[in-house]
Amino acid sequence: MGKEMLTGNGAAAWGVRLAEVDYIPAYPITPQTEIIETIAKWISEGSMDASFVTMDSEHSMVTAAGAASATGVRVFTTTSSQGLLYGFEMLYTVAGWRVPLVMVNVSRGLSSPITLGPDHNDILALRDTGFLQIHCETCQEVLDSILMAYKLAEDERVLLPVMVNMDGFYLSFTRENVEIPDVGTVRSFLSEYQPEHAFFKAGQPMAQGVAVLGGEFYSYFKYQMHLASQNALDVYKEVCGEFEKKFDRKYGTIEEYMLEDAEYVLVMTNSFSTLGKAAVKRAREKGIKAGLLRLRVLRPFPDPDIKNALKGKKAVAVIDQNISVGKGGIIYSEIGGCLFNEKNRPLLLSFIGGLGGKNISQEEFEFIFDKIVSAVDTEIVEPPYLLYTENEWKDMTKLKETAGKE
Amino acid sequence: MDTATIRSIRELPAEENMLPGTPACAGCGGLLTLRHCLKALGEKIVIVNAAGCFTLLSIYPFTPFKNSWLYTAMACAPAGAQGVRDALDILIKKGKIEPEEDLKVVVLTGDGSAYDMALSSTSGAIYRNLDFYYICYDNEAYGNTGFQHSGATPFASRTATTPPGRTRPVGSQLQKKNLFDIWNSHRPPYLATISPAYPVDLMNKFRKAEQFKGPKLFISHTPCPPGWGFDPSNSVRLAKLSVETGLWPLKESVHGKVEHTFVPKKFKPVEDYLKEQEKFAHLFKPVRQEDTLKSMQEMVNGYWRRYKLLP
Repeated sequence: MGKEMLTGNGAAAWGVRLAEVDYIPAYPITPQTEIIETIAKWISEGSMDASFVTMDSEHSMVTAAGAASATGVRVFTTTSSQGLLYGFEMLYTVAGWRVPLVMVNVSRGLSSPITLGPDHNDILALRDTGFLQIHCETCQEVLDSILMAYKLAEDERVLLPVMVNMDGFYLSFTRENVEIPDVGTVRSFLSEYQPEHAFFKAGQPMAQGVAVLGGEFYSYFKYQMHLASQNALDVYKEVCGEFEKKFDRKYGTIEEYMLEDAEYVLVMTNSFSTLGKAAVKRAREKGIKAGLLRLRVLRPFPDPDIKNALKGKKAVAVIDQNISVGKGGIIYSEIGGCLFNEKNRPLLLSFIGGLGGKNISQEEFEFIFDKIVSAVDTEIVEPPYLLYTENEWKDMTKLKETAGKE
Repeated sequence: MDTATIRSIRELPAEENMLPGTPACAGCGGLLTLRHCLKALGEKIVIVNAAGCFTLLSIYPFTPFKNSWLYTAMACAPAGAQGVRDALDILIKKGKIEPEEDLKVVVLTGDGSAYDMALSSTSGAIYRNLDFYYICYDNEAYGNTGFQHSGATPFASRTATTPPGRTRPVGSQLQKKNLFDIWNSHRPPYLATISPAYPVDLMNKFRKAEQFKGPKLFISHTPCPPGWGFDPSNSVRLAKLSVETGLWPLKESVHGKVEHTFVPKKFKPVEDYLKEQEKFAHLFKPVRQEDTLKSMQEMVNGYWRRYKLLP
């Protein structure tokens, strides 16, 4: 097919088209809507053979998606932020149904205050549902991850839904050069969905989603999900291997940027990692041995890969583009848990930034590196830093004055 | 499905598609309704269920049904039906299953889901002209959680959250929501009220509905022995009384046009129905609440007068 300038949303739509998805229940929300509009247009003009239905809410949308997947077709749906939370009950439910549907979440900060810019409180609220999570930095990655997600979800060792995440605005509306694979190659990578475990048809009655009474039975099914998610770590590596063979693009559970000889490491996710990589380059120019670890797969959590990548590092700064109010950064806690039993574990610092799409400026990255380096010297690690620049403070003060509050 | 009209219970199909031994309460009116519905629908169906009493019919690894089953959640069984129906259509169109392997999609919910939480998802499914059946078993409260007030609870009912007391001697102060009219405002191809005490009427309604593609909706009044407070052996008698007093009109609507399918020759007094149940006992003792009883009779009379069917 060749290369085309695509937004993140456009790349997502191409992923869905190339995966030859059968069914798309949809519901609009900014900044995701371009994905379903693109798909609806292709179906209408006949370039995509799929059924599309606009539902009455995200709760209904996720239900219809799960139910169709449980009936035996390949399903895609997508949402963002408030919509994800509106459908939240059903995300747990359909993951428990063990249906291999794929969703895209276009990250956006959560109300209240209601806003449009991205952060990851929406997607990270999902971390315990059973959905696998792949987080993307580039538009190419969005397209590729959707193809990989179906192969991963439909593998009988996994059978869990997958959520592919991208940042609203910064990625959803940014155009990048994207290689669109041809459908023949995609077919040789991702074969038609043939459900063996969950379907509905006459002659083979099946009860799905049934109740269990008794903690021992409930636990069994929850443990099964956890073990399947753990299986997904190995299956994911196989999928990456095959993907690289077919498409010549290489993905891992994490991306290591200038990490090999680094002493001071940033941990980031999604599109802001691009800012982090630029900051690492600048730090290197100043003689700081900096590197960056980007988490791509957050569920299952790739503990072994993270431990291995951070082995022997002096200090690690986790930049959380989310806030667990009253605790701090969500990914900081997860990395902390991952490294706690390591013998030579690095110091671990926590920074909160980029909430609601707030920029992380060069001076903030400089501040972060100052703090990492000085923490190594003093061996003192402060509580989470809430990133905010002086100019941002001034702008906020102006708004407060206008509101009559100062 | 056999679509010939039947005239007596002797003509009801002998097939049983729900087997005995369920955990439902003794005398459950809803279960009797469901048994008759499944005789009408046959075994090539998938029931899409919402949270309620009947969720406990299928507890791993047991099911009383010969048909398929999908439990969704409380607010979204009609959305689940949309997904299943659309997927079956896709599978048939793409030749992945045979047309004979198709299933009827049947939503099964209580009144808490139908009248309250799933109103939006049901409206959506009817609006989209989804080809499905909806069976609502209406026992007029959140029965499975211990009989709390729902949108289906009638005026003056005791429920666990509208207990009659010194400041509120009447019990529930709100009128039962008119779900029939709410659904009917969408002009579905077929909509009917049914009762477990009138299986011939029920069967004929399902047979009539069969001819329509699109939403086929049924609301059954279903006596609930533990919630309403009566002996389980009286379930059918109470279901019958609710029809004979005019409280539960048996009717149908085809594309929005309403017809009554049974009009009692002589209406029994509403009180005959009320005094059989503990949930209305406060209307009779310690003091008879004359005004309330009168207003309840008047509401029923008003309904039938509107249709010019009151003798």
